[in-house]
Amino acid sequence: MQGTQQLLKVFVTRRIPQEGMRVLNQSGLCKVSLWDSDEPIPRTDLLQGVSGAHGILCLLSDRIDAEVINAAGPNLKVISTLSVGFDHLAVGEIKKRGVRVGYTPDVLTDATAELTVALLLATARRIPEGVEEVKNGGWSSWKPLWLCGYGLSGSTVGVIGLGRIGLAIARRLKPFGVKRLLYSGRTSKPQAMGTSLDRLVSESDFVVVSCSLTPETQGLCDKALFSKMKKTAVFVNTSRGAVVNQEDLHEALSSGRIAAAGLDVTTPEPLPTDHPLLKLKNCVILPHIGSATYSTRGIMAELCANNLLAGLTGSAMPSELAL
Amino acid sequence: MWSSWSPLRRLQRIAVSASRPAAAGNNNYIGGMQRREQSALAHRVYITRKVPPEGLEIVRRCGRVKFELWDSDDPVPRDELLKKVKGVDGLLCMLTEKVDAELLDAAGPNLKVLSTMSVGFDHLCLDELKKRGIRVGYTPDVLTDAVAELTVALLLATSRRLIEAAHEAKTGGWGTWRTLWLCGYELANSTVGILGLGRIGVAIAERLKPFKVKKFLYTDVAPRPQLAEMINAEYVSLEELAKQSDFLAACCALTPETQGICNRKLFSQMKKNAIFINTSRGGIVNQEDLYEALSAGQIAAAGLDVTTPEPLPTDHPLFKLKNCVILPHIASASYTTRNAMSALAANNLLAGLRGEPMPKELEL
Repeated sequence: MQGTQQLLKVFVTRRIPQEGMRVLNQSGLCKVSLWDSDEPIPRTDLLQGVSGAHGILCLLSDRIDAEVINAAGPNLKVISTLSVGFDHLAVGEIKKRGVRVGYTPDVLTDATAELTVALLLATARRIPEGVEEVKNGGWSSWKPLWLCGYGLSGSTVGVIGLGRIGLAIARRLKPFGVKRLLYSGRTSKPQAMGTSLDRLVSESDFVVVSCSLTPETQGLCDKALFSKMKKTAVFVNTSRGAVVNQEDLHEALSSGRIAAAGLDVTTPEPLPTDHPLLKLKNCVILPHIGSATYSTRGIMAELCANNLLAGLTGSAMPSELAL
Repeated sequence: MWSSWSPLRRLQRIAVSASRPAAAGNNNYIGGMQRREQSALAHRVYITRKVPPEGLEIVRRCGRVKFELWDSDDPVPRDELLKKVKGVDGLLCMLTEKVDAELLDAAGPNLKVLSTMSVGFDHLCLDELKKRGIRVGYTPDVLTDAVAELTVALLLATSRRLIEAAHEAKTGGWGTWRTLWLCGYELANSTVGILGLGRIGVAIAERLKPFKVKKFLYTDVAPRPQLAEMINAEYVSLEELAKQSDFLAACCALTPETQGICNRKLFSQMKKNAIFINTSRGGIVNQEDLYEALSAGQIAAAGLDVTTPEPLPTDHPLFKLKNCVILPHIASASYTTRNAMSALAANNLLAGLRGEPMPKELEL
């Protein structure tokens, strides 16, 4: 029967892991149009490519706004993003048109929490600096106070935004001897001590930002916040770049207002190579690799494809974003 | 930024400069008692480096000790050391000083106690020390947390390719978000193998557990049931450890038995996607074999905090490899830990001089 039905049009904005393509191709439901590249699709090609699409499978680097939705036209039933963040989707516009949205929470929680802890440790224990000293001849011998960093043992950790990822981060930090776990967020959680943001930043040795990007969290980490932190504190952000005011962060790091920072997300992405933050020894910047493990990206792709198919057939999605 | 505001650095500068008598020679600092109190009751001590302030303070406060210090961050040259140890009652050293027959002969018969600011003791000739009835203090436990933490940090930096990634961010390799770029290997659902299950091995496993590791294995000269129980680890042969581990962490002491134990044979038995980590001693790894294994893709990547020699010459082949992360032996390098090590080493030293039980004595 499926052979005689017209195949629905799906537009995929980037080359995605095989696990996802397999799901789409084996479904027999859709004809897939793919922007077959590892590089982002130019805007004009995107607007052309989505024309008449019933479903769009996109990445977090694709802005899906009114213009794109209009270009797609009335067929559009579902947008499925290969991410848990959805700040790139114009949710209001999408809801208005009755289009459903799929996303990929949970499956990337472990990889992202792992990367956050990796980044926190690399920053606190000065790993990139150590690697550099070894390579450039700065390592002469074992010295008692050379390259000393900050240990987690006996420390206070503050997590801003204790959601799935925030909780997973906290769990992984616990056996390092963390004495106290604070959090600040919208809802109360039994696993940790909820407190005001002010108190969290002034008492934490490690401040970890794990909240989603919303109008309320935009620019949350600014001069005022950094000024309340300890001079010995380490700041880590793996949520979204826009939660941090980067000029204020640079000022705080270069003046010694805080000890060090680790970022996996920036504004913009990529960060231009001449950006002042890249010049600081006490700032570690990673190119948004939070969920970058082979197994996780494969699972994300599979989930993303299954969300899309469910949207096409009007059935229940494995992970639907409530609009 | 790190050193300029460090409160401990300030303390250290104050400690050393406070009451500074005329220094004898380049870097030698003599402290302790006033000259007129230099009675026969004073113990003479030589300290081979500018140690962190907590330890120095403990020695300084002791009324019966006259100490000389190599007042530098760098190791004392051998000939200087051999000169300065003549007639000392106690010696406080780092892992950079080889304490062998030559040194002990130079010191002479007064030497009663050797205190090393390390948990490793492969730089000490234990036979020679035992023969002369010299007691030995070392610093286990106080550094376990910092070392386990750095080992996990190194493991994650290696498995998640942090150095490569940070480099791409700096040099323009970072385009927009891509689906398979810089992907690494997850701890979730993995098997972790510990080569040498001691305090540090257990502490590493405890830290890895919440990353959803599926199984912990270990190998050692004999089963260690008490330690293994703490981390629910299974005892296996070295070969089995190699075959089954997705992450293999070497945590054993350097002994004649473990010298070069991580060699071609071991690497050839390991998985292609395996990550190898060594934060114990450089001597347990055959570095040529490791280079071969990494460049041939026999294992995925390696992270080393210790090498042979230290420092590793900057033209060493291992530096050519993207999948090899090398750190300059900083496993115990946290301010609190180094001060705790220094304090413990000082207390071991003073207890030995007084003929009392040491907080941490090495069984010879």
